[in-house]
Amino acid sequence: MSKANSKTSSRYPQSLDLKHGKVEMAHGAGGKAMAQLIEQLFVEAFDNPMLRAQNDQASLDLSLAGVPFERIVMATDSHVISPIFFPGGDIGALSVHGTVNDVVLSGAKALYLSAGFILEEGYPLADLKRIVESMAAAAREAEVAIVTGDTKVVEKGSGDGVFINTTGVGVLPSGLSLSADQVRVGDKVLVSGTLGDHGVAIMSLRENLTFETTIESDSQSLHSLTAMMVEQVPEIRCMRDPTRGGLAATLNEIAGQAGVGIELDEEQIPVRPQVAAACEFLGLDPLYVANEGKLVAFCPPQQADQLLALMREHPQGQEAAIVGEVIEDPNAFVQLRTSFGGVRMVDWISGEQLPRIC
Amino acid sequence: MKYVDEYRDGKTARHIAAKIRAEVEPDRSYAFMEFCGGHTHAIFRYGIPDLLPDNVRMIHGPGCPVCVLPVPRIDAAIELAVDHDVILCSYGDMMRVPGSNRRSLLKAKADGADIRMVYSCADALAIARDNPQRQVVFFAIGFETTTPPTALVIQQAKKLGIANFSVFCNHVLTPSAISTILESPEVRDMGVVPLNGFIGPAHVSTVIGSQPYEYFAEEYQKPVVIAGFEPLDVLQAILMLIRQVNEGRAEVENEFVRAVTEHGNMKAKALVAEIFEMRPEFEWRGLGLVPYSGLRIKAPYAEFDAEKRFALAPSLGRDHKACECPAILRGVKTPKDCKLFGKGCTPENPVGSCMVSSEGACAAYYSYGRHQQRSAG
Repeated sequence: MSKANSKTSSRYPQSLDLKHGKVEMAHGAGGKAMAQLIEQLFVEAFDNPMLRAQNDQASLDLSLAGVPFERIVMATDSHVISPIFFPGGDIGALSVHGTVNDVVLSGAKALYLSAGFILEEGYPLADLKRIVESMAAAAREAEVAIVTGDTKVVEKGSGDGVFINTTGVGVLPSGLSLSADQVRVGDKVLVSGTLGDHGVAIMSLRENLTFETTIESDSQSLHSLTAMMVEQVPEIRCMRDPTRGGLAATLNEIAGQAGVGIELDEEQIPVRPQVAAACEFLGLDPLYVANEGKLVAFCPPQQADQLLALMREHPQGQEAAIVGEVIEDPNAFVQLRTSFGGVRMVDWISGEQLPRIC
Repeated sequence: MKYVDEYRDGKTARHIAAKIRAEVEPDRSYAFMEFCGGHTHAIFRYGIPDLLPDNVRMIHGPGCPVCVLPVPRIDAAIELAVDHDVILCSYGDMMRVPGSNRRSLLKAKADGADIRMVYSCADALAIARDNPQRQVVFFAIGFETTTPPTALVIQQAKKLGIANFSVFCNHVLTPSAISTILESPEVRDMGVVPLNGFIGPAHVSTVIGSQPYEYFAEEYQKPVVIAGFEPLDVLQAILMLIRQVNEGRAEVENEFVRAVTEHGNMKAKALVAEIFEMRPEFEWRGLGLVPYSGLRIKAPYAEFDAEKRFALAPSLGRDHKACECPAILRGVKTPKDCKLFGKGCTPENPVGSCMVSSEGACAAYYSYGRHQQRSAG
């Protein structure tokens, strides 16, 4: 990519000013300006043979997974977060983490990503470069290649800087089939760490809500944690990441799909004191606040302690905990045994707690 | 979390619950009303009913500022935003409360009205300063707790000469609402609502003090225990009420001594008195027209009164016919008695105001207490 390294090239009439330039309508119009942006920004950052070929599609070599498989796993996620840069991450890294996590929580190994950008006219190219580089770094860390993409530009006022859609493809190692409908009465519910960090980190930056906090988003790819978990404890029934709507939404989804009830133990649910305090202050419940780098897993009671110990040995699961168990309940209610000794419902969130968090 | 966890300690809770069980007289039944939505929320969130004996019943009172606002006031707020083209600033809870034809601020916002959610009335004043070419109205709601901050921003707006700012005032008064409940035929004559005492407001009392409740204890012979919003506060208050009933006392007791004094916050009261005066009457959802229960902006500050600045059309809005919010707010019915509860009326699509705010009895019951329906049949 020697050509791309020098920002002026004979192929393009103008140089791409990645320091002071702005996104222009021409960057999405299919002409030379678009080709230049793709080559000098996206291909440069995501660099891999498939992308370099600059075809309209990528043809994927799945044997790279190095494991026997029968099934391909695919997930898509659009990212519209505001603010675009936040403590602990940005929309670029988040767009990789979110989709990689959706793929790997099935037990799959994630291999490839597509990236679709919707850019707003006038958005600083320097910020776009930061985002793209952060995406590239996140992809390298998650061991996935960004192999195809798309760029559209909308008029100023029709977007909010940058929206990113990513689609992930992976393969499911033979023998694994994690799914919510496999959850059984008696199963234990585990979470991989503290809840609510991402949502509170975002909230701390939002307009009109400037309060000082040291909370960073937990945005991260969980690929190595999930790979270890399904390898060591293949009995795991189902895994999911409690993003929008928090743990409450995820558990209600699973309870509904499996036709079971879930009883949580409030005292076991890990929440950072700063997050608890911010939630208290804002009238939020950490159970409903979004996470971007945590998982919830269901496993048979016989393997629960072993799984917990394994998770705690992993850097991404040091604060893992068994937070509840699956009970019989035709209503598929999620309930919480409070630290007070009472029981209450943990219902779906109604309305929105935080707008545009991912 | 310091200063909070102490009041949520499970061990202490079980200890107080054991005392309650030991001290209730088995052939007596106890019915206490927690006036405030903050207490209702704590009771459900911490599962307090599970800790109480069967003969101790909590009645959820009308102390949720969002829930008591009648349909015409919500219609007026929507009218301000839609027809008068103002930037309407509102607390988040108000956004989903349905007015006439189930129209809410949130729906008006989706239709293009400039409605902004704020956490503080100071934010509304800042929006006015940032948008000098637009009229900005703060939709002021709440009991004595939220009134002093509203008074303060009106005072500031006058001082700073912010001409494009005004307040749509819906502040209401706790003692008049309690009087109305005690004077209601259901409580006084018919015995439909047996009421053996009140848990007095937490935050409201930090402002008005414990003294205003003396009248209820003396005149109506009902014990009042002022309590904080933490679950241990509530349990302790229930124990104190049970003791008063058992001993035949009707006194004002203060469980919330860490924040409430006899006369309250004199500075805040003086500020409120400077800016506001009583309305001869104000409509409450559930209670109807209650004399001297609401505040309006005094003449020297009339320029900041949105009701004077904008000509608002009178609304004839009424509650949904089947909605039992009015009876629930008076403690005559429980959410379970309402035909709409959990069917036509849910937090996602509320019909009545009690389903909107997390402090509303229906929403609290729906979100936290629905599982008990099974055991209760």
